[in-house]
Amino acid sequence: MAAILELRAVKAFYGQSEVLHGIDLVVEEAGMTVLLGANGAGKTTTLRAICGMVRSEGEIVFSGRRLERCTTEQIAGFGVAHVPEGRGTFTGLTVEENLRIGGYTAAGRPDDKMQLMYGYFPILAQRRRQQAGALSGGEQQMLAIARALMMSPRLLVLDEPSFGLAPRVVEAIFGIVERIRREQRVSVLLVEQNATLALEMADRAYLLETGYVVTSGSAKALADDPQIRRSYLGY
Amino acid sequence: MAESASVDSAAKLAIRREAGMGITVWRWVGTAALIAVAVVLPFAISNYHVFELTQVMIYAIAVLGLNILTGYNGQISLGHGGFFAAGAYTAAILMHRYGVPYWATLAPAALVCFALGMLFGVPALRFEGPYLALVTLAMAVAMPQLLKYFDDWTGGKQGLVLVKPMPPPELGLDRDRWLYFFVLVILLVAIRLAANVLNGRTGRAFVAIRDHPIAAAAMGINTARYKTLAFGASTLFTGVAGALAAIVIGFVAPESFTLFLSLSFLIGSAVGGIATISGAIIGGFFIEFVPNVANDVSDAAPWAIYGLTLLLFMYVMPRGVVGTIGPWLAPAMQQFRSARRAAK
Amino acid sequence: MHQLLQQIFSGLAAGAVYASLALALVMIYRATDLVNFAQGEMAMFSTYIAWTLVNAEVPFWAAFVITLAVSFVGGMLIERIVIRPVENAPILTMVVVTIGLLLIFNATAGWIYSYTLQEFPSPFPDRTLFGALMTTRDVGVIAVTLVMLVALFCFFRFTATGLAMRAAAQNPESARLCGVRVGRMLALGWGFAAAIGAVAGIMVAPVLFLDPNMMGGVLLYAFTAALLGGITSPVGAVVGGLIVGVTENLVGTYLIASQLKLTVALILIIIVLVFRPNGLFGTAVVRRV
Repeated sequence: MAAILELRAVKAFYGQSEVLHGIDLVVEEAGMTVLLGANGAGKTTTLRAICGMVRSEGEIVFSGRRLERCTTEQIAGFGVAHVPEGRGTFTGLTVEENLRIGGYTAAGRPDDKMQLMYGYFPILAQRRRQQAGALSGGEQQMLAIARALMMSPRLLVLDEPSFGLAPRVVEAIFGIVERIRREQRVSVLLVEQNATLALEMADRAYLLETGYVVTSGSAKALADDPQIRRSYLGY
Repeated sequence: MAESASVDSAAKLAIRREAGMGITVWRWVGTAALIAVAVVLPFAISNYHVFELTQVMIYAIAVLGLNILTGYNGQISLGHGGFFAAGAYTAAILMHRYGVPYWATLAPAALVCFALGMLFGVPALRFEGPYLALVTLAMAVAMPQLLKYFDDWTGGKQGLVLVKPMPPPELGLDRDRWLYFFVLVILLVAIRLAANVLNGRTGRAFVAIRDHPIAAAAMGINTARYKTLAFGASTLFTGVAGALAAIVIGFVAPESFTLFLSLSFLIGSAVGGIATISGAIIGGFFIEFVPNVANDVSDAAPWAIYGLTLLLFMYVMPRGVVGTIGPWLAPAMQQFRSARRAAK
Repeated sequence: MHQLLQQIFSGLAAGAVYASLALALVMIYRATDLVNFAQGEMAMFSTYIAWTLVNAEVPFWAAFVITLAVSFVGGMLIERIVIRPVENAPILTMVVVTIGLLLIFNATAGWIYSYTLQEFPSPFPDRTLFGALMTTRDVGVIAVTLVMLVALFCFFRFTATGLAMRAAAQNPESARLCGVRVGRMLALGWGFAAAIGAVAGIMVAPVLFLDPNMMGGVLLYAFTAALLGGITSPVGAVVGGLIVGVTENLVGTYLIASQLKLTVALILIIIVLVFRPNGLFGTAVVRRV
């Protein structure tokens, strides 16, 4: 399958410190890739490098287009929707306004797309005129994903969507993400601490440690690997 | 294992000692050179230039006060012109009404302004950022108006004319040069005092409160006490500067202490380097000389040139002269000396 | 009683001017965490532009619109050229840059137009209404301000760009991830603020007479008003402006003559702030540890 996103020998820097030391990564078209690793491994930094939020070297290719010299806004305009760590909700805007701003770059009428989002996430329809800051953690996560989808993205980048959420909510959210992936043929790049669930859903997996990719392969292979099971899956 | 560990740590100790000593030696040499220049200079230039340099030093003390509060403790003040005026009028009233000799007015001015600052510091605890700016702004705006209002004491709009000090005859100095040295001594005392406070426990508490007030409080620092103390210390310095100004100029009037004076101090602070001591001196130079230079460049719109100069300084050195050059200087000197050592 | 109502009403008119300039300050503060001390001088300069147009026989309201457009563009250019280089510098540096801007505008206006007081025409006829309770001029000022506020409200509430500007001010990083050009939104914010300031200047010039130092006092009151209302709240800026205008007028009429008026008004407002340290409508800054 063709790759929609490819990273080749990507390094990233915070100031003078090099924190990613040559990452290679692939996300297949309509596929799901998961990035695993402990805290501080460089998972979020990788996502930030893709979206031009951090200084980087190497090649980042999205749908044949080189992203390294592009600004974050431009990259969003190309169809990369990034849901950051902590969701990045506009807490001072209403739910509906959050969705609307999500669709800022997309062509087409936002109202139709919003109806689609309300279809995927009925709870948001109920709360559409409320301040986004008043929503619960799970609801904000749904709102963040919906906001990203308003862009009609080709690639959805999710940074720890399960963070701070109850298991049932996490399952619901991941179920929706999987459904969206199938129905809309959106590719997904996922960073997750909840390795078990992520490996069940993903096609490919990469394990990061202190800025290096130490293991990569199909998600199933990593899930079956006893060392990974012990270190990251807990059994 | 133990042997190599101790060799390792001995080596590290040696490197650290050499590095520290290297910088300290340079610092002592540099400071001594500057003081030598400052002592010799007044004999090489005209009376008017001596007066200007005296002004520079007075402004430096005032800006140093502002640096303590805004730079080290993070509390913004747009009102230090008001405290400067308080010090100036304290000295002026003591000299004019009660015949107090000029050198004896410094202590009372310091005390009055310290008390004023502590008093101000208490309600200031409630405010932050732009709100604190407003409260201090009120001080700067109110001061000239209050000075005009209580004209029995202050001489009202006309102000007070003061007798200029006589230099002690033994030294053979004329008045301008005597006052220059008088202020120079006070400046050196002020710098020494500020350095002691700011490089010690109090200074560290100030900075901790500025950078992470919650963490500072969590570590047991009495934030309220230190913030108020910072205010008092700050106004003490600026008030003494004001008293010196009254003595040196021999005249006080409300119109000398407008809002623009407060803004000038802020400008001097920013240009020199807000959280530095030596930056205050550079700030003093800027406040005193740039308006005159601007006037030479364009007498049609000198303040426009001043404004442009200000913008230029802020673009090129956003952290002030000392703030921008300082962090670059120490590692650069390190590299220079290790390169020299390697070449030997 | 009649006099009280008169003073309240003319205070409201003055307050409308303070509210406008305060709104400009709040707009820039929300976007950049910076109080633009040059806002008053920018407004003064805009007013001189309007004056030049009016003197060149351009009809008043045409001159008004042209001035607003020019000010809008000017504000955007200032953000791009003057503020952009220091946008990541410490806040004090940015404050000092605005002070520099203040000096440049003031001196340049003085140089081009001299410091003589000039008359500035008012578009409103000079009559009184309701038995000398209020003047048409005051009503006109309040009406113009109201129209401007409604227009701004509609823009920010109902247009895509308005939403993008609000998002960019609240959370610039998230806004970028949605494809919003945050830099451009910032420039637009400065443009709007400059245009709003121009309205304030044009409304107040007939009363204060036009000279380069015209807006100094107005800026002081506007700054106070913005903080009274809460520096992050546009509604607060308007309410604060009206309160400051009325307070200033009442203090000046009933309490103390002009000299100490400013001091007393400031003290009164600071007392209010002691009880509400974030202003009437401001939100406390939530400190994340």
